[in-house]
Amino acid sequence: MSAPLLEVQALCRAFGGLKAIHDVSFRVAAGSIKAIIGPNGAGKTTLFNLIAGSLAPDSGTVHYDGRAITGMAPHRVAAGGICRTFQTTRLFPAMTVLENVMVGRHPRTRAGFVSGVLSLPWTWREEREIRTRAGEILSSLGIGQWAAEAAGNLAFGTQRLVEIARALATEPRLLLLDEPAAGLNIYETREMADLILKIRGWGVTVLLVEHDMSLVMDISDEVLVLNYGRRLAEGAPSEIQHDPEVIRTYLGGGHA
Amino acid sequence: MPLRRYLPVLAVAVVVVALQLVVSATGTVFYLTQLTMAAYYGLVVIGLCLLMGFAGQISLGQAGFFAIGGYTSAVLASADLGPVEGKPLLEVLQRLGAVVERQDLYGNTLNGFAPWLGLVAALVLTAAVALLIGIPVIRLRGHYLAMATLGFGLIIYRVVLGTGFLGAADGISDVPGFTVGALQISGALARRVQNYYAAWFIVIVGMILALNLIHSRVGRALRSIHGSEEAANAMGVNTARYKLGTFVLSALFAAVAGIFLTHYNGGIGPSEATGMKSVRYVAIVAVGGMDNLWGALIMGSLLNFLSLRGVFGSYDDAVFAGILIAIMLFAPSGLLAKTPRFARAKMAKTPRPEPKPRFRAKAKPPAGEGSP
Repeated sequence: MSAPLLEVQALCRAFGGLKAIHDVSFRVAAGSIKAIIGPNGAGKTTLFNLIAGSLAPDSGTVHYDGRAITGMAPHRVAAGGICRTFQTTRLFPAMTVLENVMVGRHPRTRAGFVSGVLSLPWTWREEREIRTRAGEILSSLGIGQWAAEAAGNLAFGTQRLVEIARALATEPRLLLLDEPAAGLNIYETREMADLILKIRGWGVTVLLVEHDMSLVMDISDEVLVLNYGRRLAEGAPSEIQHDPEVIRTYLGGGHA
Repeated sequence: MPLRRYLPVLAVAVVVVALQLVVSATGTVFYLTQLTMAAYYGLVVIGLCLLMGFAGQISLGQAGFFAIGGYTSAVLASADLGPVEGKPLLEVLQRLGAVVERQDLYGNTLNGFAPWLGLVAALVLTAAVALLIGIPVIRLRGHYLAMATLGFGLIIYRVVLGTGFLGAADGISDVPGFTVGALQISGALARRVQNYYAAWFIVIVGMILALNLIHSRVGRALRSIHGSEEAANAMGVNTARYKLGTFVLSALFAAVAGIFLTHYNGGIGPSEATGMKSVRYVAIVAVGGMDNLWGALIMGSLLNFLSLRGVFGSYDDAVFAGILIAIMLFAPSGLLAKTPRFARAKMAKTPRPEPKPRFRAKAKPPAGEGSP
């Protein structure tokens, strides 16, 4: 394994007496797709929040590309190249789809209050670039036709794609997808799997939380299994599918 | 592309000129006085609209910032530099061009601060106070932010009312005009037309700056904060800094209005700093459609003009409070909202589509339930 893009070491976070994440360590290799699975309440989303900076850990470290990012503010984590989607999509409903994706260009552009208020000529050029780039990303995800629609009016599956487009606009090296297939039908799930593989093909490392086993087992290079905030198992999908511990607590006894 | 954004500004300018020509032709020039004052109040509303409609934050303390601007400029412009006559300080100020001679009420000549110094000092002080208040307060949300800013406004009001050199309940009067070359911001009857154009020029400049901002990268970031603060943060927007920046900017809009209106009126009193004034600004932003700068400008100048003309009589404050209630009940997105009312209502009321788990892996089958 080459130098990991993300390295989580002995991460702990408790909410009152509940140990949401306890002593979790794992690595994500650059260019790979890694899935985190586990029963509801296993701490998967908490783990995402700890990596993305929306929660600070009680102890433990997160290293990204060799640098410590433990407890860093979310906007700085995003600027550093880690971007996320949310379990329940969080688009900006009153803004158009294109504008939503344009917001994603924020960490890669620089016009501030003063240049914005004065509308300095260089900011027009920057705005044009933001608009063009956002449009390209929408097209590459096949949702260019919705560009002018208010994001709040879209079908659920399309909203999820817009959220991924918005995250991609930040040019992440690591993309965190929180249950990308939740609420999608079987065809949409298949398309989502293809999209994730395509994103990896663009050189983006993907870490996802997912319940849909067929999706996870099809596309992941590695799977991390959490149970009650602890690491239960980690390995290639085929190993996980045959791990007796995992089968007993998670996949269901019937498959043994 | 930016040119199209400014076309409506041109329309406003045409209306401003047309109004002046009409009142001059019909011998009703006295209307210009209230039209001038209404313009300055409109500027406060434009600034507040940036904060409320775009950053999605509320301030019930705008009258406080208006008062800080107005009072600072009034105190400095009415200062008598007699006590420092012949001292090095006066010479330093003179070299800076910060001293002007003026006549007092009895025709004596005395030295005072140049108006630009008052302007700069008022803006710096306002920005400093807005930062000081904003850093802790802007973290609060919804009702909490409303109450905290209301508290700030009340403090400013009581401070103004209880401070001797600010004139206590009487306020400061006989504030000299704000002179820049041939232009003088003052209430002199001979300068009524000039002042009308000066006020609307300032408002139009403010409007252009506000329009620039909302169409910029920062403006888009502000609207994203309004949509979902957590998502904006995750997209790399430093939400705390942007909210604070807008809070300070809206305070500066109020302060500029306070400064020039004080010179135009020749004074300022505690009534400008009351909580009711702040509520009025909020009500007008709400009527204008929250995220509609043109609505803010139109309603800000129209309603204030009517109020200044005494149309609402002694029920003035009650009318604005009533407008606020009526808007909240019947047209929460304002009378001049850009997003159609029904669409907005739908967005506000329909719950977010909850993802329906189509298939979830079995999570720990309950004890006693055997496997098939």
